[in-house]
Amino acid sequence: MTVASKLSETLAAAKAEGRAALIGYLPAGFPSVEGGIKAVRALIDGGCDIVEVGLPHSDPVLDGPTIQTADDIALRGGVKIKDVLRTVREVASATDAPVLVMTYWNPVDRYGTARFAADLAAAGGAGCILPDLPVEESEEWRKAAGEHGLDTVFVVAPSSKDPRLAEVTAAGTGFVYAAAVMGVTGSRAQVGTLAEDLVTRTRATTDLPVCVGLGVSTADQAAQVAGFADGVIVGSAFVQRILDAAGDEEAALAAVRTLAGELAAGVRRR
Amino acid sequence: MSEKDYLPGAQVPDARGYFGAYGGRFIPEALVAAVEQVAEEYEKAKADPAFAAELDALLKDYTGRPSPLTDVHRFSAEAGGARVLLKREDLNHTGSHKINNVLGQALLTRRMGKTRIIAETGAGQHGVATATACALFGFDCTIYMGEVDTERQALNVARMRMLGAEVVAVTSGSRTLKDAINEAFRDWVANVDNTHYLFGTVAGPHPFPMMVRDFHRVIGVEAREQVIERTGKLPDAVVACVGGGSNAMGIFHEFIPDAGVRLIGCEAAGEGVETPRHAATLTKGEPGVLHGARSYVLQDEDGQTIESHSISAGLDYPGIGPEHAWLKDTGRAEYRPVTDDQAMQALRLLSRTEGIIPAIESAHALAGALELGRELGPEATILVSLSGRGDKDMHTAAQYFGLYDDKGGK
Repeated sequence: MTVASKLSETLAAAKAEGRAALIGYLPAGFPSVEGGIKAVRALIDGGCDIVEVGLPHSDPVLDGPTIQTADDIALRGGVKIKDVLRTVREVASATDAPVLVMTYWNPVDRYGTARFAADLAAAGGAGCILPDLPVEESEEWRKAAGEHGLDTVFVVAPSSKDPRLAEVTAAGTGFVYAAAVMGVTGSRAQVGTLAEDLVTRTRATTDLPVCVGLGVSTADQAAQVAGFADGVIVGSAFVQRILDAAGDEEAALAAVRTLAGELAAGVRRR
Repeated sequence: MSEKDYLPGAQVPDARGYFGAYGGRFIPEALVAAVEQVAEEYEKAKADPAFAAELDALLKDYTGRPSPLTDVHRFSAEAGGARVLLKREDLNHTGSHKINNVLGQALLTRRMGKTRIIAETGAGQHGVATATACALFGFDCTIYMGEVDTERQALNVARMRMLGAEVVAVTSGSRTLKDAINEAFRDWVANVDNTHYLFGTVAGPHPFPMMVRDFHRVIGVEAREQVIERTGKLPDAVVACVGGGSNAMGIFHEFIPDAGVRLIGCEAAGEGVETPRHAATLTKGEPGVLHGARSYVLQDEDGQTIESHSISAGLDYPGIGPEHAWLKDTGRAEYRPVTDDQAMQALRLLSRTEGIIPAIESAHALAGALELGRELGPEATILVSLSGRGDKDMHTAAQYFGLYDDKGGK
């Protein structure tokens, strides 16, 4: 893109401050559509620079039990794609933080690729992360996204070989999502050594910022990852805070804000 | 698609794994290297005479191939007098066609240097076949099975555990085959270094639809020769049940160039395609992406998968292999819904007219053959894939027909 996107600007601003960006994830419609909108805003209030709004799916094959549970609650509550787009709109209109949608491919495919890109852009969305849409199958989406000024963030994994990393990063915009571990979403005791190696190998192929997610849940882990990555992505830990609040909305929002604050301090730790 | 495109030499799928508009590879980046490794190793194995020789020897001496072709005269009388011939995959070792693909992929696993195999299973037939091969080859084995299916196919759970496999009852979603596949993918992403996902049907990301079909092609290759030898001509129709569609692709494939042979897949209509409780993906589904490939999917307007229903665990799946989607759209194959009750009546009929107890899955094909025979009349010859035996289904059948009562089943 010739004009820097809002997403790129936000990541550049964090870099200018000499720190990694904090990216928070929550599924839309969890625990309810209205509650979900408040929760995503709480991510930003607490200190997230960028947010990912998940589109709950019936078959979340890349998600561990925590996000599976949240998706299940959201879908049983009747969340629809229009509610996901409304969540994006309400968050984007109320804050300066870029709002990405994280979704499995089939809902976009079914909604219509061009229609989804247009509606997401109209809602003020910054782009999409499509974890089960590999570069080879992404041409139609990237064309639609480009026409509407949306970024497309691709995921790279520790198993991605160097020539493959070059192909993936060449297709993506905004940033590169480096999966810290081989596995599904969910908290892990340790970030491990795969992430730093992957970030190093990814940087050799691209000038895009490289952000690390999967398994990061604490301020210490955020600080550790911030030492070698341009951004730290946290999802399941936020979802777990809301699950732990067991229906107490105020407690859930407070817990989300508190965790975001701790993680935001983590990415600023020297 | 013109007729000549089906002639031998037609290259499907294409290099990206597409059968027309269907197929492809919709997988997370973490699995790209592993799936590419499977594709590359399969191409190498295909070119290696030693691979073919070892697989052929296993199919002959371990599985018991070729499987027989059985004329079922008394059953045929109920099928409008049409001559019905059964391809007896139920007589394979482990009791179904599934072993054909499993042995092929087990050899491939060894070539790739992997030591652990995971698989999904619905009815348990693929799980049993996989656990069997893992015992034979000395691989660690974990089978994912929906909790609902572990209950209705308890015999197969015991068989898998007897063979040394770990059976994980999956409690997410609809707790059936779809969710077992989800859980197997989650395991694979985390353990891909040492683990092969021995996918059990002609769905999933490329190369699985092609490779699983290729390993099952032997069904149709044998049957075509056997039918010609027995009757002096090609059959008028080939009938098979379709869930994911592996036995159907296996028996159909060799007949695709034979334009005069109708290919008919029988989908599980559950309580009826006019109700929400069915698994008739090609009849009622829409194109979409599920489990790594584009094909027909039972889904809502938001692209969420709709839970399927069938009395048969092996057909209780809201997806279908992409090659079937292509065969449907091109008109080369027809797909018909068969209800739970039609299948159960056919199961009992074959048991009582021929002394062969079929799997409930295969009974869907038998019900399709009964209907087709009545349409075509006594001049017709119908080849049916009897994909599995019914021992595993005796509990379901006993409940359905009241066989546990003293005078049950009358």
